[in-house]
Amino acid sequence: MSTNLEGAKDVIVFDKVNKWYGNSFHVLRDINLNVKQGERIVICGPSGSGKSTLIRCINRLEEHQEGHLFVDGTELTDDVKAIDKVRKEVGMVFQQFNLFPHLTVLENLTLSPMYVGKVPKKEAEEKAMMQLKRVRIAEQAGKYPLQLSGGQQQRVAIARALCLTPKIMLFDEPTSALDPEMIKEVLDVMVAMADQGITMICVTHEMGFAKAVADRVIFMDQGQIVEQNNPHDFFNNPQTDRSKDFLSKILGH
Amino acid sequence: MAETIIFQSLPARPAPTKTEGLVPWAKANLFANWQSTVTTFVVGGLLLYFIPQFLNWAVLTATTVPNADACRAPGVGACWGVITEKYRLIIFGRYPLEEQWRPLVATLLLLALLVASCTRAFWNKWLLVLWAVVVAIFFALMYGNVLGLSKVTTDRWGGLPLTIMLSSMSMVMAFPLAIAVALGRRSKLPAIRTFCTIYVELIRGVPLISVLFMASFMFPLFMPQGVTIDVLIRVFAGLTLFAAAYMAEVIRGGLQAMPKGQAEAAASLGLSYWQTQGRIILPQALALVVPSIVNNFIGLFKDTSLVGIVSLYELTGSLGLALNGDADWRPFKLEGYVFITFIYFAFCFAMSRYSLWIEKQVNKSKLR
Ligand SMILES: Nc1ncnc2c1ncn2[C@@H]1O[C@H](COP(=O)(O)OP(=O)(O)OP(=O)(O)O)[C@@H](O)[C@H]1O
Ligand SMILES: [Mg+2]
Repeated sequence: MSTNLEGAKDVIVFDKVNKWYGNSFHVLRDINLNVKQGERIVICGPSGSGKSTLIRCINRLEEHQEGHLFVDGTELTDDVKAIDKVRKEVGMVFQQFNLFPHLTVLENLTLSPMYVGKVPKKEAEEKAMMQLKRVRIAEQAGKYPLQLSGGQQQRVAIARALCLTPKIMLFDEPTSALDPEMIKEVLDVMVAMADQGITMICVTHEMGFAKAVADRVIFMDQGQIVEQNNPHDFFNNPQTDRSKDFLSKILGH
Repeated sequence: MAETIIFQSLPARPAPTKTEGLVPWAKANLFANWQSTVTTFVVGGLLLYFIPQFLNWAVLTATTVPNADACRAPGVGACWGVITEKYRLIIFGRYPLEEQWRPLVATLLLLALLVASCTRAFWNKWLLVLWAVVVAIFFALMYGNVLGLSKVTTDRWGGLPLTIMLSSMSMVMAFPLAIAVALGRRSKLPAIRTFCTIYVELIRGVPLISVLFMASFMFPLFMPQGVTIDVLIRVFAGLTLFAAAYMAEVIRGGLQAMPKGQAEAAASLGLSYWQTQGRIILPQALALVVPSIVNNFIGLFKDTSLVGIVSLYELTGSLGLALNGDADWRPFKLEGYVFITFIYFAFCFAMSRYSLWIEKQVNKSKLR
């Protein structure tokens, strides 16, 4: 499955982006990457290769030191206004869910629309219930996050990110903290989301998901983008020794 | 071909009930093994030895006649007469006798406000207005000079009203200050961070008594000529600054314990720094440290007894005031201390029960 991206504009542009942790650790090296509106990208690569860092730069949870990074036409700099604008466009789902445990599921969802979007409470709640239905968890609205299973929590987290009606969704290993039987319920929700044309960037090692929905797979190693291709070619015909090695490790022995 | 085995689930059963009754309880709690049995006998023996003696002194041979000679009679135990005789001086200090209804009403109002502030139904923005009103009434009643009330300067204020006023108001001021300092110590701006760190380290490095001493004697030296600030306000400022430094560290501990993911999730949702702190981080961090904050409050409540050093006679001070100058009653200070001990204990116990209740409230979201 592949989206028709012809003529779509770039919503994310990495232009020679470099990032260091501290003074010595060069974590992102000369990243060039253009993501088209509606494109669905899966990022994979060995642990420590900089995948999380890369997508966290997109909503400025991490800052880059060199190069330019544009999200929906806005360059990310120290300018707080630009950061706020970008964060309204970008939703993020974390490996550890990061739901707010002191708020109910519904309150988790309405928080940002109410206090950032200034939407009246009633409207925010209606919209939140809609998103909860979308991830098939509406009946849990009144519970607290820790009363839910991991898979349910992650679906709530997805619904929470969707409440901002973001243009772009970032996923950082959304299923790797889950038990096998819960992975599918989360992936199903993500596949359904992919069908609706939102731009998705997903760090994951779920190769079945990559094959099913990705327009492009990006393989990273040591802070660099080593290889990118459509999923069919990437999995069947990897070009570099690095990716061959990586695929042989994760696809079985 | 092997047949599929059908899974049979066991029916759910209720958990076994604990056996009730004195004997099983004692067996489980007092005589479970030989160590516990020995402890039971040692502690029990000590209690059996001391409690009757105390009761004998405090109740059986005690007298409540407010007559010092009756108390001096041989074989008489506790002399509660000293309380009947002196309680107004102990509780209200040097406040003019015929005006003591004013601190009584003012303090009851303040206590009612404190109880209201502790109740969920009152947690809204009107509470602040209520505080402003009650504090204004409190000072109007205490100080007078309005509405035909005679003027009573702050050096005559004393006893329990002073203790309650000083401790509750400095708690209320110290708490937000402590939050600000705790956040400041984690600020990205080095100037703010340094300032907050210096403040905490300086205050923590000196005893309260010297903070009070400086607030009351050194501070005026820095004031322009002719400007004086009432000693009560200076002491109040000293207590607040002192309590806030300790509380800030407790709160910082709570902030430190918050997983990074909480702030990141809030940022990714577009919440500003203050929204993140106010709605996500602080509610959780403060909930974590409720016991320690209440511990600080209890400490502060009792620490007010140190304001005696600058001649303010709060509860402990006015006990001295009541008895030291009176040769008849001076020997019965012990009874006086037992009396104010009960007063202190009642307040501190109420605070610690309230802390347990708060803990229950904030833990609701964690219950499955
Ligand atoms: N805040 C930080 N300070 C210093 N080093 C960091 C920090 N965060 C990550 N790193 C290091 O940067 C490298 C890249 O981290 P990153 O989390 O982006 O990797 P990743 O590809 O997402 O790995 P994983 O698959 O394990 O999640 C790692 O070596 C990590 O140890
Ligand atoms: Mg990662």
